Amino acid sequence: MDVSYYPGCSLSGTARDYGESVEAVSGTLGVALKELPDWNCCGSSSAHVTNDELSVALAARNLEIADKIGKDVAVPCAMCYSRLKVAEKALLAGREIEGISHKYEGSIHVKHLVDFFWENVGEQAILEKVKKPLEGLNPVCYYGCLITRPPEITDAVNPEDPQSMDNILKTLGANVKNWSYKTDCCGGSLILTLPEIAHKLIQKLLDMSQEAGADCIVAACPMCHSNLDGWQKEISQETGRKYDIPIFYFTELMGLAFGDASVKKWLHRHGTDPIPFLHEKELL
Amino acid sequence: MVASLPESIVPDSSFRKQVERLSGRRVSACFQCEKCTNGCPLTFAMDIPPHKLIRLAHLGLKDTVLNSDTIWVCASCETCTTRCPNGIDIAHIMDILRQVSQREGIRASKKDVPVFHSTFIASMKRWGRVHEMEMAAMYTLKSAGLKGLMAQSKLGLEMFKKGKIKLLPYRLRPNSQVRNIFKNAGRKG
Repeated sequence: MDVSYYPGCSLSGTARDYGESVEAVSGTLGVALKELPDWNCCGSSSAHVTNDELSVALAARNLEIADKIGKDVAVPCAMCYSRLKVAEKALLAGREIEGISHKYEGSIHVKHLVDFFWENVGEQAILEKVKKPLEGLNPVCYYGCLITRPPEITDAVNPEDPQSMDNILKTLGANVKNWSYKTDCCGGSLILTLPEIAHKLIQKLLDMSQEAGADCIVAACPMCHSNLDGWQKEISQETGRKYDIPIFYFTELMGLAFGDASVKKWLHRHGTDPIPFLHEKELL
Repeated sequence: MVASLPESIVPDSSFRKQVERLSGRRVSACFQCEKCTNGCPLTFAMDIPPHKLIRLAHLGLKDTVLNSDTIWVCASCETCTTRCPNGIDIAHIMDILRQVSQREGIRASKKDVPVFHSTFIASMKRWGRVHEMEMAAMYTLKSAGLKGLMAQSKLGLEMFKKGKIKLLPYRLRPNSQVRNIFKNAGRKG
């Protein structure tokens, strides 16, 4: 199965663990990721707070490239996904954007990678590749804001209670916990500018995962992951409570269940070391 | 909390019309149900809760709105937009308010937020993709000075050791369409 792939800027840098695990598990599942040639930044959170025209045009250029290729686009980052969907809706509504001459008619679909794996690749194909079920793992799935919100943009059927990541983790054999914070905000866009506020949002998610009986959190977005994973030491110091909660990308856990040899290399890149935890669970 | 609300308010529709024109949504459709405020995860850090901000925009209290912490504390999580029973895209209205505030040269109450965004956009414009290392270093230098940058160097080194720092940026192809996009958008501003 071929799919156009828009990795976004973080996947070769701060989310290298995500990028590497996405490529590995796609290979295992027989999905050929075709990176869009000469793609540009989607505009992220900075373009839309600064200049409306810029924010739509930057994302629209990537859609233009993808539409000419004619395949659906899989997007691993929630922010990129959101911006591409905003541009898609604007173009379909007939908005004219200077510099974008291509007529976009919606013959391709933009999908977040977690939905692509669940809906397009499917349960059976994932199940067939599971060599080592994730027995004894009790994760909560964290989708964050932009995979599902707002539904007018994302076309999410159930924006307050998405299921695709839960379903994937269940297929891998994990004992997925339910919780009410799947789509609460982690404060990702504020982490460098108003860290004291972002830390409060992160702490709430960490606390609520514990209350739900989870022993780890699974994410599907570079910003969500780095936010939950990278600041636990600081939050421990600020609050006097010890936080040491493993945060995984869903693709890392797919790789783990598929018996991928590179899992340790990805996990070594985390801020909160999840390796002792997986040893304890006898999953690594 | 809101420090400087005048004792009596004379409604002025020009600001409401400006916001409605730029956002394409009717601020006046708000009936103050407070669903946005109750669902907002950042209300605790705002000086004016979202439903009040919408009301103030409706009444034309432009200065109060554009000088609020709220427009910069909003994390664009889209919960308000998703839940508004009247279809007001509140998160987009927050964007419009930030854009107007910057265009009019108002000093942001949370001054680092627009500094971050302008640094991010500069990196995007230079390379076509954001070069995270350059962006983070430039932002830290601008917001916290050389001392702040030095203080962050330990974190940078740790991330480098974990292979999370990409040293070389992507380079735009010559005559890239991306340059024109920035030129056009800058003109329309």
